[in-house]
Amino acid sequence: MSTFIEKLGNIDRRVIFVVMALAVIIPLAVRLSLPIPIDEGPSKDMYDAVDALPPGSTVLLSFDYDPSTMPELQPMAIALVQQLMTKDIKIVSLALWPMGVSLGNEALSYVSDSLGREEYVDWVNLGYKTGGGVLIVRMGSDIKSVFPEDYNGVPVDDIPVMDQINILGDFDMIISLSAGDPGIPAWVMMAGDRYDISIGGGCTAVSAPQFYPYLGTGQMVGLLGGLKGAADYETMVRIGVDDPPAGTATPGMAAQSVAHLVIMLFIVLGNISYLANKKRKGGVK
Amino acid sequence: MILQFFVPATQSMGESLQEWYMIVASFAIFLGSVNLLYVHTHRIRFKGRNWKYSPVTIIGFAAMIITGLVFGIEQGKPFDYMFTQMMVPMGATMFSLLAFFVASAAFRAFRASNWRATLLLISAFVVMLGRVPIGAMIWGRIPLISEWIMQVPNLAGQRAVMIGAAMGMVATSLRMIFGIERSYLGGAD
Repeated sequence: MSTFIEKLGNIDRRVIFVVMALAVIIPLAVRLSLPIPIDEGPSKDMYDAVDALPPGSTVLLSFDYDPSTMPELQPMAIALVQQLMTKDIKIVSLALWPMGVSLGNEALSYVSDSLGREEYVDWVNLGYKTGGGVLIVRMGSDIKSVFPEDYNGVPVDDIPVMDQINILGDFDMIISLSAGDPGIPAWVMMAGDRYDISIGGGCTAVSAPQFYPYLGTGQMVGLLGGLKGAADYETMVRIGVDDPPAGTATPGMAAQSVAHLVIMLFIVLGNISYLANKKRKGGVK
Repeated sequence: MILQFFVPATQSMGESLQEWYMIVASFAIFLGSVNLLYVHTHRIRFKGRNWKYSPVTIIGFAAMIITGLVFGIEQGKPFDYMFTQMMVPMGATMFSLLAFFVASAAFRAFRASNWRATLLLISAFVVMLGRVPIGAMIWGRIPLISEWIMQVPNLAGQRAVMIGAAMGMVATSLRMIFGIERSYLGGAD
């Protein structure tokens, strides 16, 4: 028995990979569903901040990610756009990452079509420009000089949703869905702090801890962290909505639950083996 | 560019420099593309390490550029199709591989070897359970404790890292401005 426990620490990593794959695939295949509890926290704060915006407000939505982080950030994008459009809030979107443009367009078109909203009247995608933080500072004094045309080449002066928008200060809120740099820190430092605009955001689970200082100081009104943040938001947006569209984050949480349990199980097994080996060698005091 | 934050008279000069920055940054994308082609053609020519992957890179690069230039990048066009049906799933696949490596690395390296490592291990367990619905099903307070760990000890640590990094950046910038730090020029110190 003791030999078996000691050998546990040397499980072939291919076994771990197979168990991990099954832990993700099986809950998705059997459509395992777990309730998503909504507690007080950054996700709820984010929802409440957007919910408090009056109809007719304009929000800048920045898609600062690429396909690699899409499984976590795209459900957030869809849920956020859904909440904004349902509340008749106008959306001006752009991307600090080149591939964020198409992903943003996908989310905006999908929700816009399902809710019967109109491009250029209710939303516009300005596209991608390089520059990161410098681009944001430049937008602080003149957006139309940075983006004279939208993603499709339509002059910004001809776009109704941009009528009252000239500088960053004209937005009621800025939301950045960010997978790295440039992203949330650039928006907080260059736009939020300098022009006193509310900043909200969404990010991958692995980068969420680094944004908590911004929440603590009130520099961010809320934060959606990883798939959990996306699932929280999907759940909150669906409350009171008849026949809400299916989201991808909520089913993903069941798979993530099992995957977390499997990782914890492997850590426990590794530690049992480690302690058994240590005891055998007389290392435990 | 820093002065314009403090001296209003330098605002227009700062704005010109911002536009220059964006123009130069745009050229960096072009430079990156040329560099990518150079590196991979060079690797194919001299049969460098893993050279067989280089034609795939060049063909993929050319296919995206040509379809984008010829047909446009709007929804429903070949460029958009390749982006949504090929790039998106491949990118997501690469990132999802992390789950496997995290599981394997955690199994081999996450050991309760002393009280500090044990504390880290317990915190990790609480946060991992608190971030998934099953945590609340096990015990309703786990998500609250997880959030407390994120908002108090994590926040303190992150803030210390941010302040330390910012002070380091200021110190390094001053050393470069005053000519003390010259390693970025390619020198020894």
